[in-house]
Amino acid sequence: MTTVHEPKLSQFDDNDQKPVGFGRMLRKEDPRFLRGRGRYTDDVQLPGMLHLAILRSPFAHARIVSVDTSAAEASPGVRLVVTGAMLAEKGLAWMPTLSNDVQAVLATDKVRFQGQEVAFVVADDRYAARDALELIDVEYDVLEPVVDVRRALAPDAPLIRDDLTDKADNHCFDWETGDEAATEAVFAAADVVVVEDIVYPRVHPAPMETCGAVADFDAIDGKLRLWSTTQAPHAHRTLYAIVAGLPEHKIQVIAPDIGGGFGNKVPIYPGYVCAIVGSILTGKPVKWMEDRSENLISTGFARDYIMRGEIAATRDGKILAIRTNVLADHGAFNGTAAPVKYPAGFFGVFTGSYDIEAAYCKMTAVYTNKAPGGVAYACSFRITEAVYLVERIVDCLAHELDMDPAELRLKNFIQPEQFPYETKTGWVYDSGNYEPTMRLAMDMAGYADLRKEQAEKRARGELMGIGIAFFTEAVGAGPRKDMDILGLGMADGCELRVHPTGKAVVRLSVQTQGQGHETTFAQIIAEEIGIPPADIEVVHGDTDQTPFGLGTYGSRSTPVSGAAAALVARKVRDKAQLIASAMLEVSVADLDWVKGAFQVKGDPGKSVTIQDIAMRAHGAGDLPDGMEGGLEAQICYNPSNLTYPHGAYICVVDIDPGTAQVKVRRFIAVDDCGTRINPMIIEGQVHGGLTDGVGMALMEMIAFDEDGNCLGASLMDYLIPTALEVPDWETGFTVTPSPHHPIGAKGVGESATVGSPPAIVNAVVDALKPFGVRHADMPLTPSRVWDAMRGQATPPI
Amino acid sequence: MQVTMTVNDVEVTREIEGRLLLVHFLRDVLSLTGTHWGCDTSNCGTCVVWLDGEPVKSCTVLAAMAGGHEVRTVEGLAKGGELDPIQEGFRQCHGLQCGFCTPGMMMTCRALLDKNPDPTDGEIREAISGQICRCTGYATIVRSVRWAAVHEAAVTQ
Repeated sequence: MTTVHEPKLSQFDDNDQKPVGFGRMLRKEDPRFLRGRGRYTDDVQLPGMLHLAILRSPFAHARIVSVDTSAAEASPGVRLVVTGAMLAEKGLAWMPTLSNDVQAVLATDKVRFQGQEVAFVVADDRYAARDALELIDVEYDVLEPVVDVRRALAPDAPLIRDDLTDKADNHCFDWETGDEAATEAVFAAADVVVVEDIVYPRVHPAPMETCGAVADFDAIDGKLRLWSTTQAPHAHRTLYAIVAGLPEHKIQVIAPDIGGGFGNKVPIYPGYVCAIVGSILTGKPVKWMEDRSENLISTGFARDYIMRGEIAATRDGKILAIRTNVLADHGAFNGTAAPVKYPAGFFGVFTGSYDIEAAYCKMTAVYTNKAPGGVAYACSFRITEAVYLVERIVDCLAHELDMDPAELRLKNFIQPEQFPYETKTGWVYDSGNYEPTMRLAMDMAGYADLRKEQAEKRARGELMGIGIAFFTEAVGAGPRKDMDILGLGMADGCELRVHPTGKAVVRLSVQTQGQGHETTFAQIIAEEIGIPPADIEVVHGDTDQTPFGLGTYGSRSTPVSGAAAALVARKVRDKAQLIASAMLEVSVADLDWVKGAFQVKGDPGKSVTIQDIAMRAHGAGDLPDGMEGGLEAQICYNPSNLTYPHGAYICVVDIDPGTAQVKVRRFIAVDDCGTRINPMIIEGQVHGGLTDGVGMALMEMIAFDEDGNCLGASLMDYLIPTALEVPDWETGFTVTPSPHHPIGAKGVGESATVGSPPAIVNAVVDALKPFGVRHADMPLTPSRVWDAMRGQATPPI
Repeated sequence: MQVTMTVNDVEVTREIEGRLLLVHFLRDVLSLTGTHWGCDTSNCGTCVVWLDGEPVKSCTVLAAMAGGHEVRTVEGLAKGGELDPIQEGFRQCHGLQCGFCTPGMMMTCRALLDKNPDPTDGEIREAISGQICRCTGYATIVRSVRWAAVHEAAVTQ
């Protein structure tokens, strides 16, 4: 394991002509987007296509008394109106969620959250479909909703899930990890114990493109083609086969260009199923595209954890144990998209980057009358919540010990020689070297000078804060012995075919939503077999054209599919070497691989290129005995472990003492994601995640009123950072390769979303230290900061 | 009703409903799908096009209101086969990831450069503050616009 500080590339350095391998390379996918020629789901237009719109519940909890669709059916342009009762007749009113729960496609008995799907209309155009929704007359018997998560398990709380047999309360699941008794023993004997109630409010990924689908069922050959906004086309295909009873080989799921995912496009939503039903019943292609409000009120939310954090330490700042109790709000249906054995996702990594003696977590999850979801918004399966908890409680400890938060972290890091490191909750961190990463961030920030500046400002009554967060991520789900989604192992396939002229096509099971797969995967293949990236076509997002795999979320594309790509290329190279040995009439052992060619050891003049070999593989000449023609391979990669990227983030904020407005002045992010394939793309991913963090820490929250009305139902109410709320990001990196990944790469897509919220909150709390503030919950809006300054900080829920 | 407008230098006449939004007219009627629809409240700016050279959010303009006017969309940004410097800037500086906000961002930024060929970072941020990007964190968009400004200045000198 080595840590290397590569020279920082100038922002305009460009090696677009790069023949092979890793490094900054402009994106192959950009030209179509720049010309307005991207092809997103809503851009799909098929002959005779109809449009679908969904009627949603205005109430959070209500019994459906009757639904009258007659006026809607008579509305101009309407072809079809479907209710829950009609779906129930076909056995399609309910569908499984990714967490082994069920969710209503269209409500039959009750509505259980505001925005739940009640009926749909298919009409000649978008507007006619919407017009008809207004004419559907639904009579509701309004019930008391469960909005306050803390009251969900009260004996008198209304029962939400009376659809489940023998369900008498709103309990969803219990989960625990770590050693309760050992942790209690450490806490009982510790010098210092700090306890803090920490809320991670409900937020929403809100990708710029909302969710939607175009379903085209051909009754003659029984084939369903479905263009949809999905991050996991193969998993969706299998689930449609199970839900709808269509044979899997007759379903083609196509994820075209996707306008951002962030986990919002992992679940199967009722709208997709409605589009399929609409196409089957009308015999026409049917498009469903939700609007922004529908996206915000009904699709996968994120977080919503109420956490009690406890930390035990010695007086001189050695952290001994961490304990937490979590109340998780899962909404009306358990629709989290996490591996089956991990109902709380990977929250178990809440011990963070520290070498401690004991840890324990107990979690209770409940149903409420809110939209389903939970695992989304670049959360790496709940690591956002885990890292926020540990990095906030460590800062609370620093506050209590009156110790510098950087010094406290440096004192407790897992040391490089301890890797692979098994945490007290059973996670095996593959590699890490934390101190150089932390030191680099402190150097870039000018940490000592910042503290000096802060002291001077405090003396003048100015509010400046410096916040630190250090995170360890766990990405690349995952080993199939432990991880599956509804029984589907989380492995990924890859196929590579080299054409006779030496150009290649690689077929992936993962799906880009902006991460630049068409570029980075070409670079991985190029690095391994020496064919220039420009000569490699990357095919993805179409189940008829790509091998099976679980898709892109949880930062898993590079750790899992990237490994598959490297290994399939090595398989092709191995075959190429056999052919080269025949062509050069030397033994395999006498050949050296120099990117792109095999040459005879000691005689560089005798060599054959990969292009020569490709032609021979398909040509007329002899191949080694027993060898088939062609130059191609396929693989299904099962990762042996997750990869564990880490990073050190430092945030500097200024707070206006008169208005309590927080300004993020600087943000320094040092990431270590192992081997770096394309630094430009990595930097872009980090920038995006940091911006998410500013949103969550300072602006974003999906709130509800006491009746269960969603208060974040538009982008006027759900505030997302613009260019004015974020600083010019300062990024750096260290490189600690993963020991088990073929190219040493770790995932990076969600690191910044995981690491930035605690850095920002820690900075705000640090700025408020003169007011005696030790903790304040997100979102730190001016009014909430104002309350904290006056000693009246309250939880947001 | 009948509406006639010029879209990317081509005059088009269509029979439409009076309530049809310009964004849907461009996308569904003219099949110019480079302009996107992201919210209904004029907050996200992914639908920005030019109306007589001024950036507007086409989700809050009726197609009928564009009658007799000139509309330019992302499809009309490149001249001939050549990318406009703003497009090239976005490519060179990684100003886009998923590409969904990109057409609207580029239309706004092109209009900015037409009025102010040498904008500061702050002026660029101000210009795009009515638009949302979820992927880039904006810094690379600012660099992209600077790239275009610097390269245009080099060409005109």
